[in-house]
Amino acid sequence: MSNLLQLEDVNTYIAGFHILQGISIEVPKEGVTVLLGRNGAGKTTTTLRTILGFNPPNSGQVKFEEEVINGWQPYRIAGLGIGYVPEDRGIFGTLSVYDNLKVAARDGVREMESRLETVYELFPDLKRAVRQQAGTLSGGQQQMLALARILVSKNRLLIIDEPSSGLAPIVVDRVAEALSELKKTLPILLVEQNYNMARQIADRYYIIDEGRCVHQGQMEDLDNEPELKQRYLGVAV
Amino acid sequence: MLIFLLASGLSLIFGLMRVVNFTHGSFFMFGAYIGRSIFLATDSFVLAILGGLLIGFVLGAIMERIAIRPFFGNRVQLLLLTLGMMLVMNELVKIIWGPTILRFPRPDYLIGTLFLGDIMLPYYRLFIVGIGLVLLFLVYFFLNKTRLGIIIRAGVEDSDMVQAFGINIKQVFTFTFALGVSLATVGGTISGPFLGVYPEIAMDNILVAIIAVVVGGIGSFGGSVAGSLLIGLINSFGGYYIPQVAMALNVVLMALVLLIRPQGLQGLFRKGGAANEN
Repeated sequence: MSNLLQLEDVNTYIAGFHILQGISIEVPKEGVTVLLGRNGAGKTTTTLRTILGFNPPNSGQVKFEEEVINGWQPYRIAGLGIGYVPEDRGIFGTLSVYDNLKVAARDGVREMESRLETVYELFPDLKRAVRQQAGTLSGGQQQMLALARILVSKNRLLIIDEPSSGLAPIVVDRVAEALSELKKTLPILLVEQNYNMARQIADRYYIIDEGRCVHQGQMEDLDNEPELKQRYLGVAV
Repeated sequence: MLIFLLASGLSLIFGLMRVVNFTHGSFFMFGAYIGRSIFLATDSFVLAILGGLLIGFVLGAIMERIAIRPFFGNRVQLLLLTLGMMLVMNELVKIIWGPTILRFPRPDYLIGTLFLGDIMLPYYRLFIVGIGLVLLFLVYFFLNKTRLGIIIRAGVEDSDMVQAFGINIKQVFTFTFALGVSLATVGGTISGPFLGVYPEIAMDNILVAIIAVVVGGIGSFGGSVAGSLLIGLINSFGGYYIPQVAMALNVVLMALVLLIRPQGLQGLFRKGGAANEN
């Protein structure tokens, strides 16, 4: 299977600190690839921000469909068809739900409108709250909105950072269901600390530790690696 | 209304770009001089206003591209830059138009007074209120009903996230800066026949506008309307009853707002008192 996104020996420094230390990742055109790592290290989030152009790499290459996109402005990278949901969800709290979707409508408002019914089928709460100020939504609803925003344009890859962060277990299940539905049509690069959720939806994994990629493989194989899980992910055996 | 035209642009620029634009008052002054020159040359006040608006937009766009963008993100350098440019612009008008106060004649159709019983309402004041309301409505409509306006409001909250949706935020910055400056220049053009045209008009108004922005809530259009209204009332009543301390009252109000409600008046009158209205 050919790759959609590729990181080759990427090094990223932030404020003089060597955050990503030679990371190499391949994201195929199908399924969910998850980046796992210990909580709070921030390396996985930096990997995503490096891909998206917010923290450009100091060396190495980021390729999207074989085209090197290092040094591109974030808006150009997004224009390739990459939808991004940050860990804090990046909701525009003073705007209504509808206006949040409108900002995200990269392919125009008409295209957005044509996709709204599908989006509302996936997240019915949003239809009821469409005129509501986004900042007044619950954490779970905000996560739904963050996901909805990347569905109103034609995307080729979804990059989602910790979708379960700060959510109640029941809401995490709903988000996992939504992601399982999305993965049928779009490849996803996911950062997730919640191992159970990652296990539920991911096909492949990379373990990032100390800014390095220390292990990779198929998700189902990770279940048989208790030592690996305990050492790098803090998952009790 | 004049304070609103200055404050709304200032607030938009600071809210989106985090730039305290000290040249804003100078553009207000420039608008008065340019508007006067166009009016004297064409005898058309409509052309003077449109010219003030257009020239302000173009000058704002040029300034953002050439002067602001290279220092973007460095607040101290930008503060010093706009402060320096303000001084240069204030001296430049003295070289071009001279240091003395110039008369900006009112168009014939705006001379006169409307009498409502004992109340006297000069036509020109009514005109200022009217055109201010029209501009207020237009800017409100733009910010709330058009996608570009909504993008600007979104950028005030999180400009990185706006870029993540494929939007070139630098172009949005340029447009917002130009829009803010054009509101200042058109405000200057309108104020000319009312206040006169003189170099100090820049400093006289920028301080009041900054106070209105802080009182209303930085980055909020609705807040800048509320702040301008409040400061305008304090200036009018304070100036009438205790003129010696009218300016001091503004500063005291700003200090009180910063102490009690640092986010300003924005969202205060909304149901639930949401603090983040635009």
